[in-house]
Amino acid sequence: MDFSLDDEQVALRDAVRSLVTKTYGDFEQRRRASAAEPGYDESLWRQLAEMGVLGLPFAEDDGGMGAGPVEVALVAAELGRVLAPEPFLASVVLAGGAVAAAGTADQRSELLGALASGERLLALAHEETVPVTASRSGEGWSLTGTKEPVLHGARADLLVVSAALPDGGTGLFLVEGTDAETDGYRTYDGGRAARVRLRDAPATALGEPGADQATTLAGVLAAARLAACHEALGGMEAALAATTAYLKSRKQFGVTLNTFQALNFRAADMYVSLELTRSIVDWATMVLATGDPARAGEASARAALQTSRAGRHIGQEAIQLHGGIAMTAEYLVGNITAHLTVLDHLLGDGRQHLGTLMTGVGDYEALDPLDPTMRSTSSQ
Amino acid sequence: MRLELSAEDQAFREEMRGFFTTEVPQEIRSTVLEGRELSRDQIVTSQRILNAAGLAVPHWPVDDGGRDWTDLQRHIWHEEMQQAGVPAPLAFNASMIGPVLAQFATPEMKRRFLPATANLDIWWSQGFSEPDAGSDLAGLRTTAVRDGEDWVVNGQKTWTTLGQYGDWIFTLVRTDPEAKKQSGISMLLIDMTSPGLEVRPIELIDGGHEVNEVWFTDVRVPGENLVGEVNQGWTMAKFLLGNERVGVAPVGAVKRALARAKQLAGAQLDDPLTRARVAELENQLLALELTALRVVANSADGAPHPASSVLKLRGTELQQAVSELILDLAGPASLGARGAEDSDLPGWARRSAPTYLNLRKASIYGGSNEIQRQIIARTILGL
Ligand SMILES: Cc1cc2nc3c(=O)[nH]c(=O)nc-3n(C[C@H](O)[C@H](O)[C@H](O)COP(=O)(O)OP(=O)(O)OC[C@H]3O[C@@H](n4cnc5c(N)ncnc54)[C@H](O)[C@@H]3O)c2cc1C
Repeated sequence: MDFSLDDEQVALRDAVRSLVTKTYGDFEQRRRASAAEPGYDESLWRQLAEMGVLGLPFAEDDGGMGAGPVEVALVAAELGRVLAPEPFLASVVLAGGAVAAAGTADQRSELLGALASGERLLALAHEETVPVTASRSGEGWSLTGTKEPVLHGARADLLVVSAALPDGGTGLFLVEGTDAETDGYRTYDGGRAARVRLRDAPATALGEPGADQATTLAGVLAAARLAACHEALGGMEAALAATTAYLKSRKQFGVTLNTFQALNFRAADMYVSLELTRSIVDWATMVLATGDPARAGEASARAALQTSRAGRHIGQEAIQLHGGIAMTAEYLVGNITAHLTVLDHLLGDGRQHLGTLMTGVGDYEALDPLDPTMRSTSSQ
Repeated sequence: MRLELSAEDQAFREEMRGFFTTEVPQEIRSTVLEGRELSRDQIVTSQRILNAAGLAVPHWPVDDGGRDWTDLQRHIWHEEMQQAGVPAPLAFNASMIGPVLAQFATPEMKRRFLPATANLDIWWSQGFSEPDAGSDLAGLRTTAVRDGEDWVVNGQKTWTTLGQYGDWIFTLVRTDPEAKKQSGISMLLIDMTSPGLEVRPIELIDGGHEVNEVWFTDVRVPGENLVGEVNQGWTMAKFLLGNERVGVAPVGAVKRALARAKQLAGAQLDDPLTRARVAELENQLLALELTALRVVANSADGAPHPASSVLKLRGTELQQAVSELILDLAGPASLGARGAEDSDLPGWARRSAPTYLNLRKASIYGGSNEIQRQIIARTILGL
């Protein structure tokens, strides 16, 4: 068991950190970027592309960097730390992840190359309000239904859409942004999402036409869930750092707030939540890196449950310990809490993960993170 | 980052598991696994079996009988021991006074005490706390006054765990009443059969007798029983309390207790609220165990990772939460705690309330959880 990063990973983290801090180190800049369309800083996005960050998880043959979940995690955490609104999770991890997992060799090299270079923005349309169904139409397919919320769905050049197949199962399809009716809006954390209406929208099958991609999609969602956990960890770390700095500097009753032990203890409990979450999220990332889909699915649910609990705890306490200032839109901490809330609900929330995990509780004796099966029945 | 144990560590784990599950008598392990109280003999027997195999005090310096293990190996040793229901070597001996003597005592004192301490030929008690010196230990008032070659000790210690079994007690005493609080304290080793020393039982809320008061009335202690230098006791106390915290996260034991709770739950595990409670605890425990692994992985240079306070804090909270779960699973049957010996109520259910009540102690001793929060706030967060 080894939780430490190697030199290359440290170098990647430092490079991303310095780049995003240059852009968003001052929170005012983040406010400006998220106030204007498309909701993020396009020059930063280009710089990330130049650094290879947008192609990080994809195979080198497909135009990517051939890195793994740990590297994705490092990037997500750095973006989370400064609350960068860039669509790394939406476009690279989710949509790109789906293309990488399900696409044909041609689709992969065409689309992932364009995504990695920053030329095209992809979005995954999965959550839906009116079920999307696919039907064959001539050589291709056509899709009908409504997807919402689709992260960065209005800005995306190309949508990766999940849809019910005529013979059952879930297919993945590519729809040009111009062939969908998209209504974009701001999410409450300053991000971007859209309603995407598809009316007989022309679509191309991603991967083998008609194949059920449900398992592949589940794997993509599990990986994205972990990236979201890392983004949340970055945010929680920043929230705690801001809170401790504030307690040391804010004066009331003639003294700084850290004179009051009740407040220090609450900060200490935030630290406890943070460390426990880091442990389980890092572990789940290592599980994901082993490439075993069943284990990765469960590990990501476990990490997400813990992250959900910690995100609520740290986010709420960060606001409380700051007092009124944290309620203002121009202050970092309240915005982190809003973003943590979005991340929680994005890919299955705490209640849902707990629901999944509790069904299996009677099937094993104890959890064992060091055992490849994760379950132990040996402690007699 | 790497997930699995190395082949070497995995082999080590299997070796430990094999030893613990075959060499320590089943009857002792069942007592632990079923949450019954261990007798003095069982604790002694078990520790001597471990000591004979070099497994009682692996964390001591090699010259004093320790093993040159990595932190991870120590962790695995500890986890496997708890998982198998092997009583941990008596903490007062193995984790508290032993390391202090190894670090601070003269060669002669080490020869005299360390082998006997490792083998539990001497049962040590910890005589630190006093009625007016709890979290603020430096407020202690028990005095030791030099008289010729001897020290003469007067005062009272309290909360002395298992003092009724103690052969010797390591104490903190005030040797310079004029000095500032911390700097007038010394550490003395006292034979508990000395005239003037009296042990009085304290009954706890679980009905058991595990702690005592220890009274000293003109107890004469030979001068050579002073550990280290006079008035240097606080240095040794801090060293000892630091070790106490690191070893105190009961991850393996809580894991075993939770696994057992699931077994005991029976049909109650069909209840969604119970299932959810178990799943939530299991996930928290997983996060704790992984944190313990992170802490050992990152303390390779010997100094404990600052997050070790997290382990004490959350470890004891989860330990209490699991005991509360078992209590609730027992329901009304828990009321039969002090019923007839041949009660028809299941033994685990009858033990559930005393265990739950007893474990409230876990967040009080070993540096209370408030003190751990203070450590986190001060030394980690700089508040
Ligand atoms: C079952 C049991 C076994 C024990 N065994 C031994 C033993 O073998 N040998 C031995 O020497 N001692 C032993 N102890 C004593 C133990 O170490 C003390 O109980 C502990 O140090 C707390 O002291 P106290 O009980 O006097 O509580 P106090 O220190 O009076 O604390 C009361 C409450 O106030 C909180 N508090 C205190 N100071 C602060 C602060 N600065 N900030 C915030 N909160 C604070 C505490 O956390 C606690 O909640 C044992 C205790 C118990 C319960």
